[in-house]
Amino acid sequence: MTVKECYDAMGGNYDEVLSRLRDDTRIAKFLGKILADPSYELLVTSIANNNAEDAFRAAHTIKGICLNLAVTKLYGSSNALTEALRGKSEITDEAHKLLEAVTNDYNATIDSIKSLQA
Amino acid sequence: MNDSKKTILVVDDSELNRALLVDMLESDFKIIEAQNGLEAMAALVEHEMEISLMLLDIVMPEMDGFEVLAMMNKQGYIKTIPVIMISAESGGSVIDRAYDLGAIDYINRPFDERTVKHRVMSNFVLTLKQKELSEMLSEQIYEKEKNNSLMIEILSHIVEFRNGESGLHVLHVHTITDFVLKAIVKKTNKYGLTPKDIRLIDNASALHDIGKISVPSEVLNKPGRFTPEEFEIMKRHTVEGANMLDNLPFHKDEALVKYAYQICRWHHERYDGRGYPDGLKGDEIPIAAQAVSLADVYDALTSERIYKPALSHERAIEMILNNECGVFNPLLLECLKDIAPTLKKELEVISFGCASEDSIDESVRQIMRTDGNEISSRTLNLIERERLKFKYLADISGEITFEYIAAPEMLKLSDWGADVLGVPSNILDPLNNKKWCGIFRRDDFDDFIKRIHATTPEHPVATAKYKLVISGEERWNKVIAKVMFGGDTEAPEFEGAICKITDINDEVITLANLEEKAERDQLTGLFNREAARVRISKLLTESNGKKYALAFLDFDDFKQANDRHGHQFGDETLIEFARRIRANIRANDIAARVGGDEFIIFMEYKDNVEAQVARIHKRMTGDFKGFYIGISMGVVCADENCIDFDELYHKADVAAYSVKRATKNAYKIYNDSLSELLGDDGE
Repeated sequence: MTVKECYDAMGGNYDEVLSRLRDDTRIAKFLGKILADPSYELLVTSIANNNAEDAFRAAHTIKGICLNLAVTKLYGSSNALTEALRGKSEITDEAHKLLEAVTNDYNATIDSIKSLQA
Repeated sequence: MNDSKKTILVVDDSELNRALLVDMLESDFKIIEAQNGLEAMAALVEHEMEISLMLLDIVMPEMDGFEVLAMMNKQGYIKTIPVIMISAESGGSVIDRAYDLGAIDYINRPFDERTVKHRVMSNFVLTLKQKELSEMLSEQIYEKEKNNSLMIEILSHIVEFRNGESGLHVLHVHTITDFVLKAIVKKTNKYGLTPKDIRLIDNASALHDIGKISVPSEVLNKPGRFTPEEFEIMKRHTVEGANMLDNLPFHKDEALVKYAYQICRWHHERYDGRGYPDGLKGDEIPIAAQAVSLADVYDALTSERIYKPALSHERAIEMILNNECGVFNPLLLECLKDIAPTLKKELEVISFGCASEDSIDESVRQIMRTDGNEISSRTLNLIERERLKFKYLADISGEITFEYIAAPEMLKLSDWGADVLGVPSNILDPLNNKKWCGIFRRDDFDDFIKRIHATTPEHPVATAKYKLVISGEERWNKVIAKVMFGGDTEAPEFEGAICKITDINDEVITLANLEEKAERDQLTGLFNREAARVRISKLLTESNGKKYALAFLDFDDFKQANDRHGHQFGDETLIEFARRIRANIRANDIAARVGGDEFIIFMEYKDNVEAQVARIHKRMTGDFKGFYIGISMGVVCADENCIDFDELYHKADVAAYSVKRATKNAYKIYNDSLSELLGDDGE
């Protein structure tokens, strides 16, 4: 699997990331960091514990990573969740619903990256 | 640390974001990472001097980016470390807030390698330029203010010396004035005070009491209450000070002098119009004078004075706010309340700063943190103040100081010292300098140089006395030198010495007089026995080929002189006899009164001691006011076998005794036939 095929599979923008980071090896290296990043687990736990503040930061981090690596699909859903959590003191129903979308996109992204590394 | 790469602090909670930035920047920069605001602050404290730029995320746990910016403002880092914000937040208000807090640029995520590098580089160059410019600017300001500060320092120190106030008063008034003015600016723009005005007023504040020079010191330093007349005299210091400034031959039109005029003349006016000298009311009183007046009162209350103990900070503030010490502008009283907590702390820093070097370091550090731009001028001022103090003290103490530099061999004299000695301030090759050697004899100076070369880092001080010719007069001076060593402790290198010349001529003369007095018989002015013994023993041990004889002279019938004519006459006879002795011996001979009516003469003789002794005996004896002075005189010659004073003395005594027992009024040269009289002289 090439980096470009990986981006196609997880719904990312390969051309954009290449223009910014300028190197396939570097892109692949940083994609690997998504696997190691604990933000998704933190997001899930925080929402389960009704901790809106931590959940916001976790969603925000995921969004930031996706933005940097042009992982467009996951960026979209995590961005929506971030905005839904911004300034909130409790987890809303909307946030629970948006978390589902994030989970779907996150899993698709993880699977694609794992295939790339394989 | 030897790495010439500049250091960047990257603050982002996302490890991936940090990794991306590191990846992009690490070829050109050294990177320190922090994953939240707290870690960032810790890194700033630890690496402040290394960090040249900071990349800062906004949304982070523990302490977010805005809080970091706020802390950096509070602690002054924001002035020295440029901050570029990095965030996915793109809302206009977020960016504005970051700029308001002092961020200089903003990089949006997603990171683009070229953008990141470009922004970092260009901001680098920009801030470096700004730093240089601001340093150049503050240097220029310092240059311009230097002359003024010198004048101020000198004048204000003179006033303090006369007032018997501590040197801190001027410093305190300076600081308090500064706080008050800055607090005013925060509240209102009505006085149009610029930072430059504030600096000038702060400096001019030191002159508030120069008019006191014209107040007689018995009034100035009177411990009790002033009489109405004295108070009138005291009050004049305001107008006198203002007049002094008005009569300055130069600088009259400078803003500093104008402020100083206002401060001198009107720092005792009251806001209600009941102050002096002009009874100005409200804001008729210039703001500079109002601020210094408040500062002066606060410091006077919290300091000890001849007539009162020091009050606590709290009590002083309370008294001022209650109008117990004059009436002030309500706005200034508000300002005083605002600055009260800082005031207490800062003044403590200043006081202790003067007490120990550590604290000075600390206060300098504090100044550096609060306002980077003033570092150079403030530190230089501190050094300048020390230098002035030293110079002033050296000048009033009447001591001449100079520095001896080993290589190239030269002397650097203080201006005052060079002036007094009439030599240039710098003297190259002093040993061959005619002018210098006209003051400090070449041999003496050579001896001095040898002495300082003989010191060690453990004992680096050398002291010696020399006769120096100063203003054409030869006087005894003490020269003290503290030698400076360079190199390391293993192999110290002699670099030169700091030296001080003190006139001790009067001391030396007095001491010599005292010494001489102690050695002389009070009545006759001849040596006493002990002084004679020391001198004679010295001559005897110097085997210089000279021949010496010791004569013992015993008055005949001296008791009769006393009994018949009274003690007064007896004394006169002894004085007359001493005169005769002096008149008949040579300058190098030694004469002493060794008992009531017993004398000795130690003299050099050529070949015939007997002729010499006969001549002396003849001239000593004879009539004095109807009393015949007769002398029994015994003489002994010193030879290789006998160079001991006590032995000679005893033998001469024996010879004289033999004369007394025989004929009286004659002389006898000691010979061994008299030795039987030795030892049984049982009188």
